[in-house]
Amino acid sequence: MTDATENTKLIDVIDLRKSFGELEVLRGINVTINKGDIVCVIGPSGSGKSTFLRCLNCMEDPTSGHIIFDGTDIADMKVDINIHRRKMGMVFQQFNLFNNKTVIQNIMLAPVHIGLSDLRKAKLKAAFGKGPKPEKTKEQIISEAHDRAIELLTRIGLQDKADVYPSTLSGGQKQRVAIVRALAMNPEVMLFDEPTSALDPEMVGEVLDLMKQLALDGMTMVCVTHEMGFAREVGSRILFIDEGKILEENAPAEFFANPKHPRTREFLSKVL
Amino acid sequence: MYTNLFLAVIKNESLLQNSFFRKLDKFLDVLINKGGYTRVLVGLKNTLIIAILGLVIGVLIGTLIATVRVIPKYKVLPRVLNGICTFYVGFFRGTPMVVQLLLFYYVMLPLMGLNMSGVNVSIIVFGLNSGAYISEVMRSGIQSVDGGQMEAGRAVGLSFSTTMMKIVIPQAVKNILPTLGNEFIALIKETSVVSFVGAADLYVAFNMIGTNSYEFMVPYLAMAIIYIVIVVLITLGIRLMERGLKRSDRRN
Repeated sequence: MTDATENTKLIDVIDLRKSFGELEVLRGINVTINKGDIVCVIGPSGSGKSTFLRCLNCMEDPTSGHIIFDGTDIADMKVDINIHRRKMGMVFQQFNLFNNKTVIQNIMLAPVHIGLSDLRKAKLKAAFGKGPKPEKTKEQIISEAHDRAIELLTRIGLQDKADVYPSTLSGGQKQRVAIVRALAMNPEVMLFDEPTSALDPEMVGEVLDLMKQLALDGMTMVCVTHEMGFAREVGSRILFIDEGKILEENAPAEFFANPKHPRTREFLSKVL
Repeated sequence: MYTNLFLAVIKNESLLQNSFFRKLDKFLDVLINKGGYTRVLVGLKNTLIIAILGLVIGVLIGTLIATVRVIPKYKVLPRVLNGICTFYVGFFRGTPMVVQLLLFYYVMLPLMGLNMSGVNVSIIVFGLNSGAYISEVMRSGIQSVDGGQMEAGRAVGLSFSTTMMKIVIPQAVKNILPTLGNEFIALIKETSVVSFVGAADLYVAFNMIGTNSYEFMVPYLAMAIIYIVIVVLITLGIRLMERGLKRSDRRN
């Protein structure tokens, strides 16, 4: 615990740039996200805020720059991104629940699949005498994932929906399932890409409530949002992005009370 | 005058009837008493085997090709694979099935020094051929699945291929099931050319019955009826399967 900032640093974004063809969407983003931070990213549409979020777990491959996550530069194409994505939960605007899986299968799919493939690798290693015998059996992995899924569903009050298909859920229910699906991997950070923008107004509340709970539990969150109330109340830091750059970065109280950049003032005057 | 005409018509009809029933008798005689039914059964079995295994191989090859075609092409390997697949599809869609059968049987096999029965050759060629068609169908099926499904799979840390197999392809198959059914029906009907490489299908069986009874009207009629019955049954089966797969779409 000699250097507190080093220990709490979770994601370090260094000069991140992203172009789609000729169009340069991100023009050099530098930001550090610490453990326990609730970073709310706001900005006008087309400003690059979603692209920024999607670059954080390499859903979009950065054109240049570095994203240091847990000490690894995941922007490096040689890194096995799948291993790092397991520690970064992502929630989409359009929910993107797996349509061909029931609610509980949606939640269990990744933990079970990854658990079992790790088990196979461990067994292979043990067979060659290069590693210890795996601790868990296949059945244990599945039943643990199942218990965890039930626990998560109970937490959002949807345990009775475990065996239905996503098409039968309301938008708010879908998004809450999508959030716990990401939580099932026990991520270190959760990335939210406008999680309430596709919802009916009356369902926005239930999703925001769940996100507040997560924040209170100490989850690190990066959240692209248009919900200024949420950003002000829950956020620990606000990033204002426009034209691919962070124009302003501040604590919410200060950000909303005293916007420094003229562009920020203009934006806030329109949305508040 | 009218009476005469009427009588003539009746006479003609009875003539027609007589001759038809005579032919039917001959046909049934060869079919039942002289063991023609065993040939029909063998032919039916071969027709179904060739079409079903051809479809299975076709779906596997088609899915593989379609997957190659939708992989993002930043790297060299996907591009090379894509080129191979384009050639493959172009060849099998650009030549008739009969030509492919003949090429495989009379060119490929001797060149490789292999010996194979007509049925096995037909299964392989039907599989390769339908693979080319199914790849295009499957590609459109994969593209019809919302891109968010792949993103969600990748976001929880699954690989491209795992997400493809567990999430995207099952949904794609559901979307293209009617088209796959059509492909199966087309394969069933196309089996009527496998006699070119000496495979005994329905055509061979009924042709044999016709030759033995010196009469082809009823055998070929019966052959047509059998094909129609198979196709109707397949259509019903597909409808049932579709209903089963629609479960995840239903709102209840």
